[in-house]
Amino acid sequence: MKLWRNPGLWIALAIVLIIAVIPVITGSASTRETLFNVLLSIGLASSLNILLGYTGYVSFGHIVFFGLGGYAGFYLIDEAGWNLLPAALVGGLTSGLLALLLGMAILRLRGAYFALATIGINEAMKALVINLKFLGGPTGMELNFQTYRQYGGAGQMLWIVYAGVAVIALLVVMLSFFVKKSKFGLGLMAIREDEDAAEVMGVTAPRAKTYAYVLSAIFPGILGVLFFFKQGVIEPGSAFRLHMSIELLVMVMLGGAGTVLGPILGAGVYQILRGSLLTSNLHLGGLRIRDVQLAVAGMLLLLIILFIPTGAVGWLRSRSSFLRRVLE
Amino acid sequence: MIDTLLASLTDGLLIGVVYGIAAMGLTLIFGVMNVINLAHGPIIALGMFGVYLLFTNLGFNPYVALLPVGLFGLLLGVVIYFVAVNRVIDAPHLSSLLATFSVSMIIVGLGTAIFTTTFRNVDYSLGTLSLGSITVPLTRVVSAAVALLVVAALYLFLKHSRLGKYVRAVANNRTSAGLMGIPSTRVLAFSFGLGTALATIAGGLIAISLPFTILSGGVYELKSFVIVVLGGLGNPVGALIGGLILGVIEGVVPVFMKTTWVPVLEYVLFVLILLVRPQGLLGAKK
Repeated sequence: MKLWRNPGLWIALAIVLIIAVIPVITGSASTRETLFNVLLSIGLASSLNILLGYTGYVSFGHIVFFGLGGYAGFYLIDEAGWNLLPAALVGGLTSGLLALLLGMAILRLRGAYFALATIGINEAMKALVINLKFLGGPTGMELNFQTYRQYGGAGQMLWIVYAGVAVIALLVVMLSFFVKKSKFGLGLMAIREDEDAAEVMGVTAPRAKTYAYVLSAIFPGILGVLFFFKQGVIEPGSAFRLHMSIELLVMVMLGGAGTVLGPILGAGVYQILRGSLLTSNLHLGGLRIRDVQLAVAGMLLLLIILFIPTGAVGWLRSRSSFLRRVLE
Repeated sequence: MIDTLLASLTDGLLIGVVYGIAAMGLTLIFGVMNVINLAHGPIIALGMFGVYLLFTNLGFNPYVALLPVGLFGLLLGVVIYFVAVNRVIDAPHLSSLLATFSVSMIIVGLGTAIFTTTFRNVDYSLGTLSLGSITVPLTRVVSAAVALLVVAALYLFLKHSRLGKYVRAVANNRTSAGLMGIPSTRVLAFSFGLGTALATIAGGLIAISLPFTILSGGVYELKSFVIVVLGGLGNPVGALIGGLILGVIEGVVPVFMKTTWVPVLEYVLFVLILLVRPQGLLGAKK
């Protein structure tokens, strides 16, 4: 019961909620598109944080769950004529199942070996999907435009998907908080600090790690279905984009790994920064900032890694005991 | 049937040696300092552009151009080490992974702005070499020979020169090496440079026979990961053999099934080896 009164939870939820209702109030479609990306990133980054921040396992290919869930849901909607809601749930379950099977195998690997294995799995999945005829092979699948009609047309559909992503983002943040505060979460953090010691203290590490992996995979699967339903097309290159996976790592690090609020701030700041760099007309030397946005983001990331390795929230928490109490 | 098989086997072995030295750069850095260099791919791409620019603008012979390109790779590596790696060398893996990844973002970002992403190729040919039923472009043979030469030079350097012994000592135990009076930070920087020099040379060799863009490095970076795991993380000899294995897979598998299945096979093999034998086929360092 006491957990519900923790200000850290409410601050985090309030921030996500405020972000989510801005376009509802202004009714602006372009704000909605920007904030759609922010909310999507919050959901994905907070999911990744459960594995990366709490458990200390670096998943470089986490986007595989986004892509696989997306493919599963898209197939059901496009080929089997399912409704978005059950398709999204099945997408999430598919990703969770993959994580369960994979987790039992690859979570035995530690450090660099695990990171490499997750990259391999993402690439293997991408290469496999390219070869699967029923999933459209290298060109992927395209949704019949008529499908949107049952959701009140394309305009209405965009709002429905937006609401869906907002709800998932809120759920992930709650999950992230309750995992952190639970005995299970303490076990995960013990694994992060020293896996062998944690086992000696009675944490069943293989089981705890697998659960963390599954939890961090389910919501990306659901978000994948929502995202690709909105796009109307899915193809292997966009579903299993390793680069996006690493962008998620950047968001988590930016905000602070292992904190509830960190991935939210990281996702927001990263997406807004990226958006403004992409549309800016400033010049740096002879080059337009717009053309070198990747390089600017890279420099920023490097500065954070080198000088504030605990991220923004970690840094704030180390500043004062009041902030330590209210920020989770 | 035997003829096609033999031809694809030769093709695979020749390109495999080049893959091998790319992977050797990655594995050398890991072996010495336990850092996986995620900027490996973009550095390979810089090697490609180095040879391309020297060849098309200054009229260098592409094989001669490898020398300045390798030297540039060495210097670049030393700079990257001091800017991005030195501070996080003892931090958890994630820090060094992300630090090198941010270097990769910087290189790709600037590279895309300067070179765009249109395909380039080094228009250089030495004719073909025929041996019985097998015909291969002579450039492939020369490239493989150059790669082997680089491997031999590296081996002799690490085995017999003073600096090479320093590198091995630091790889073995950094603290003890420091206590013995070896300037370990400088040796680490040099080792990083050695790894990136290998990457640029491999990139240059690839550029001589295949078209490329600034983003092509990513493909070879992933191949290098597969090779490094096949041969054992941190084991340079393993990298060469892993390269040959990967080359043969790429050469021979398309004879039996569609080319698009090759990456599936490669990555599944990669994950399986990590699971069953994470020390690689030949054993990791130590």
